[in-house]
Amino acid sequence: MNGVVHRLWPVPVLVALWEAGARAAASTYFPPPSAIAARLRELWFSGPPSRLFLSDQALQDFLPSLARMFGGWAIACAAGIALGVAVGRSSALAGYVDPIVEFGRAIPPPTLIPLFVVLFKVDVRMQVATIVYGVIWPVLVNSIDGARYVDRQHTETAQVFGLSRAQRLTRIILPAAAPKIFAGLRLSLSLALILMVVSELAGSATSGIGYELLYAQQNFDLPGMWGTIALLGVLGLLLNSSFLLVERRTLSWHRRARQTN
Amino acid sequence: MLDVVNLTHTYGTGPNAHRALGGVDLTVAEGELVCVVGPSGCGKSTLLRSIAGLVRPTGGGVRVKGRSVSGTPDDLAVVFQDYSRSLFPWMSVGDNVALPLRRRGLGRAARRTAAAEALSAVGLESAAGKYPWELSGGMQQRVAIARALAYRPSLLLMDEPFGSVDAQTREDLEDLVLAVRGHHRMTIVLITHDIDESVYVGDRVVVLSRAPAVVAADLRVDLPSPRDQIGTRELPAFVHLRAEVGRLVRGKPQLSKAPNGPSSIDKE
Repeated sequence: MNGVVHRLWPVPVLVALWEAGARAAASTYFPPPSAIAARLRELWFSGPPSRLFLSDQALQDFLPSLARMFGGWAIACAAGIALGVAVGRSSALAGYVDPIVEFGRAIPPPTLIPLFVVLFKVDVRMQVATIVYGVIWPVLVNSIDGARYVDRQHTETAQVFGLSRAQRLTRIILPAAAPKIFAGLRLSLSLALILMVVSELAGSATSGIGYELLYAQQNFDLPGMWGTIALLGVLGLLLNSSFLLVERRTLSWHRRARQTN
Repeated sequence: MLDVVNLTHTYGTGPNAHRALGGVDLTVAEGELVCVVGPSGCGKSTLLRSIAGLVRPTGGGVRVKGRSVSGTPDDLAVVFQDYSRSLFPWMSVGDNVALPLRRRGLGRAARRTAAAEALSAVGLESAAGKYPWELSGGMQQRVAIARALAYRPSLLLMDEPFGSVDAQTREDLEDLVLAVRGHHRMTIVLITHDIDESVYVGDRVVVLSRAPAVVAADLRVDLPSPRDQIGTRELPAFVHLRAEVGRLVRGKPQLSKAPNGPSSIDKE
């Protein structure tokens, strides 16, 4: 805990510098952090303490956004891992799939939003599709890699001791590929946040964090715009920290084995 | 128990092809411990991997209990040289040992009991809850041996099992193998590059020639049991046999007696 406090000291310093700089510049486009914080509080954090100060408006904006983000991320994770492990373990399949993957992941997801609008007229489905398409690649590529390069001695041991297919998958291949898979999951989680915003900016959304950002921009509510941007940064930080916590617990064998070897 | 008949294996094709096995014939009787030695790179491991079904031989065949096998025979266990890559680092030691036992039709509790028994047979009764990488190299190889014991194979293959541990641990593990095979009545084929070791643990020592390997000699080891690291190694018979195997491995003509020596046996 002491370490965290030590490492956090640059934050107030930077905020103080920002405050001083913004006040000195006195520009409408660069409101000081105190004004941004006040606007944030007014927008979303004026609720009762029992609800972590979240206002009704916050729940109305955050919950649908987060639901779409986690929903899209979960679908992409499940599909990416399943497909990735299958491709990683089958060189025949890999020959067909590898070029398609390289083609697919080179396409910036926002360019496909019009396509998704045509395909899924319903707003939510189009947003989730954008998120899934955008975040599946890191999971897929890392799962392929992880499953492909399972130590041959591990697979030979499994073969010699006659492990069943299910055992090989769940007890050998998935754990062996887990460090790589987790790296992909983490990358895709931060991408999911970005694509959540992008999909709300481009579509005809009527709620959500991205929608509020757009709304603030269009109404020259600059403290609101900056506040939303800061909120997204904090959200990304929280998501990443929580993910790392889960990863450290799940892969503790991996970290500790590396430390001892 | 095990019949290897005219086994050949060639890696690759064309001008770069490497003939590892040039027609190996080997018969191992039930309950026997046969050591296979040979010069480095002669194809010892290829022979073992062919028997284990990890390599598909290009010619010849393998029969276990009279039945010809392709792929990995049932009832077979392998102890690899590289224990750190053969044990699964994400599982506890107990789970590593118990994992293959589901195939034996054992329930969860029975698997755990069998794993605990095998671990205690190798002197690691308190290690079940640890991870492999928390143990020393010699202890990890004991876990690999325990995993093989718990599986109760009729044929156990060991590929340079003590090649990665220090000398003291190597002696302990050699004696461990001799002790457990007495209890478990297993047939063991042990591959080693260590001539002393082959004579010390083996009932027979099979010497392979340089690649493409064939059986250059098949010597019966007539040393008293139980063997003893100090006592056995100073016996004249041990010293003599070791020298004979050493010459054969180096491919030099035998200086002692007849070309096949009195301690040699004919191929069965």
